[in-house]
Amino acid sequence: MTGSPPSLRVSELAYAYPDGTQALFGVDLAIGKGERVALLGPNGAGKTTLVMHLNGILTAGHGSVEVAGLPVRKDTLAEIRRRVGLVFQDPDDQLFMPTVREDVAFGPANLGVRGPELELRVREALDQVGLPDVIDRPPHHLSFGQRRRVAVATVLAMRPEILVLDEPSSNLDPASRRELAEVLRSLDVTVLMVTHDLPYALELCERSLILSGGVIAADGPTRDLLADGDLLAAHRLELPYGFVVHQRPY
Amino acid sequence: MGAGHHHQLYRPGNTVVHRLPPQCKIPAVAAFAVVVVATPREAFWAFGVYAVLLGAVAAVARVPARFMLRRMVVEVPFVLFALALPVIGLGERVEVLGLSLSAEGLWAAWNILAKATLGVMASILLAATTEPRMILLGAQRLRLPPLLVQIAMFMLRYMDVILDEMRRMRVARESRGFVARDVRQLPILAKSAGALFIRSYERGERVHLAMLSRGYTGSMPLMHDVSTPVTSWATAAILPAAALATAVLSWGVS
Repeated sequence: MTGSPPSLRVSELAYAYPDGTQALFGVDLAIGKGERVALLGPNGAGKTTLVMHLNGILTAGHGSVEVAGLPVRKDTLAEIRRRVGLVFQDPDDQLFMPTVREDVAFGPANLGVRGPELELRVREALDQVGLPDVIDRPPHHLSFGQRRRVAVATVLAMRPEILVLDEPSSNLDPASRRELAEVLRSLDVTVLMVTHDLPYALELCERSLILSGGVIAADGPTRDLLADGDLLAAHRLELPYGFVVHQRPY
Repeated sequence: MGAGHHHQLYRPGNTVVHRLPPQCKIPAVAAFAVVVVATPREAFWAFGVYAVLLGAVAAVARVPARFMLRRMVVEVPFVLFALALPVIGLGERVEVLGLSLSAEGLWAAWNILAKATLGVMASILLAATTEPRMILLGAQRLRLPPLLVQIAMFMLRYMDVILDEMRRMRVARESRGFVARDVRQLPILAKSAGALFIRSYERGERVHLAMLSRGYTGSMPLMHDVSTPVTSWATAAILPAAALATAVLSWGVS
């Protein structure tokens, strides 16, 4: 893996919304190929704004974003959007086609994939999320947990370099939550998981970043960050009641 | 999620009519409707023939008469309008069951009723034998304006989501003691409708972002490039062709 550029590199990224509200004040981070990283932060920390920069929906006011060495610019947008698989929080926003098959095919079809290769991509992606049987169902007939996993499949079908999940565990019941965790663990792809569900981050990600006040306030092993009560409290993050994380003894 | 009881118009089956590609059925129904409208209203027998033709299609598609009748309720407003015509119509009057009616109005009413009924029946048959999404795929293949097809497609997809949202808002209103009794409650309902509109609009924006994220550039990728066999066109043409023959005869007679 030495020599290949990191899956994601964000340098000095700053952004203000058109109304003048500054959301990001210089974000620096790098995520290596194959890493699973959690981006933690309270509501309003700028998490969603940062995510919108990763595939060029928002363009940097200052600083840069690179995906596997390719800078996010107007002329690279098509390739960037193939490389960055964004999974939105509400699967009803993500699944807009009449059937699961067409929805999973939408991304690769936009890349020009057709015929048997397209069908193969669709089946492969649905297999990866453990839902090969729902292929002909309309998305709104699936359970919420299934819809979230199909949403993951819709971006896996584009064979992304990095999977970016916005609050993947929100609204899931414990079983769906575990099933999604199993799927994410089984994937051979770089993952950036944006969440304030700290136990989920601990379960899935070795490393975490804390985004607070528009900057990266901490970067380290998830277990160490979560064991530091003062750090969490300073950034409005809290473990659920009765949940204690012990620092690994080094 | 209110799933399961939508697409009430569609009646699953595996008949010749069901299997015909949608891009053949849509023009067939449209052509049939045009022929019916072009038939002179005096040719009573021709309308009988059209009804028999539709009956034959229904029989082949195994669509029962009761199913058809229930769905023809959509026509009721037109029927009411047609029934009013003889009463309010001008010109020569005729006595029918002791009522003085306008002859011209009677003709107009018959004209509207007969033609609308046949058109509605044909559309119901199309909808009963074609899944809504297939109708849209057909429209896409017929090169209807892609933007219109996409709008219809999203309506189909998000209808349930929006209805569900509406239902949740109603439950939330009623849980706090709201009862819609009379007009004084209208402002509350109007505000709910406004909130629903804004939510749907915002959802539209999020869906658009999700589409952009997966490489959408303004047109839907055509995923199934299925050509239409000539035999399908020929089969679909039977109905409008038979109707056209009838119409030509009726022009000759009148």
